[in-house]
Amino acid sequence: MTTQMLEQSAPADVVRTERTRGGRCYQPNVDILESPGELTLYADMPGVRSGGVDVRFENGTLTLCGKVEPRQKEDTNFLLREYGIGDFHRTFQVSEVIDAARITAEFVDGVLIVHLPKVEAARPRRIAVKTN
Amino acid sequence: MDRLFNDLLECTPPAAPVRGTFPQVNVWEDSDSLVAEAEIPGLTMQNVEVFVLGDELTIQGKRGETSGEGVTYHRRERGLGEFSRVLRLPVAIDADKVSAELRDGVLTIRLPKAQAALPRKIQVKS
Repeated sequence: MTTQMLEQSAPADVVRTERTRGGRCYQPNVDILESPGELTLYADMPGVRSGGVDVRFENGTLTLCGKVEPRQKEDTNFLLREYGIGDFHRTFQVSEVIDAARITAEFVDGVLIVHLPKVEAARPRRIAVKTN
Repeated sequence: MDRLFNDLLECTPPAAPVRGTFPQVNVWEDSDSLVAEAEIPGLTMQNVEVFVLGDELTIQGKRGETSGEGVTYHRRERGLGEFSRVLRLPVAIDADKVSAELRDGVLTIRLPKAQAALPRKIQVKS
């Protein structure tokens, strides 16, 4: 049995959530791994200070936010501009039974790591088979 | 109009997992230096090398795998492995004074311009 972790996509008729803060917003690249005991999510959020990260888990929805302060002045004379700078935001629907109280997160070198432990009942259990 | 608003409000999707170039670089200039900035989350100065040879700036390093025993991947969007990026700089720089800083996954390289490339004010005799 594998756990499903789907990205939430709003149906066309649903009003989209709007941000109050202006500026650009990016979806971080993520790796999501499942081990027998937990789901682990790694999200690349370069430029976010550790105080600027916000992780929420509510009704099976995991929301990641990272606030990025502008690093250059607006009138900077760019010679090469391959990427834009802005906040990070991404939402996931987690269908597996996650023990919300034990979710932990750390932020190291621009990478957000979220540990989502499964509730005991959802962990795979090995059943000993008795032989005569 | 609808489309315009969607473009403005939605988050830009992540770049494709396999990118042509890594890392992506921004370069800007002020009066006495060039500054190059690259996003390399998850790396520390131990696994990144920056060097300047002539007018070429090289950024290289290696990003390790986020793997463990008996794990399965649901998503794998973050690149991994070795990378090397070479940029040709538009002005001569003073290689001895180049400095680099890595903070929260953002690498900033300050490249002071060579004396010969600095603007010089010419006295106009009357």
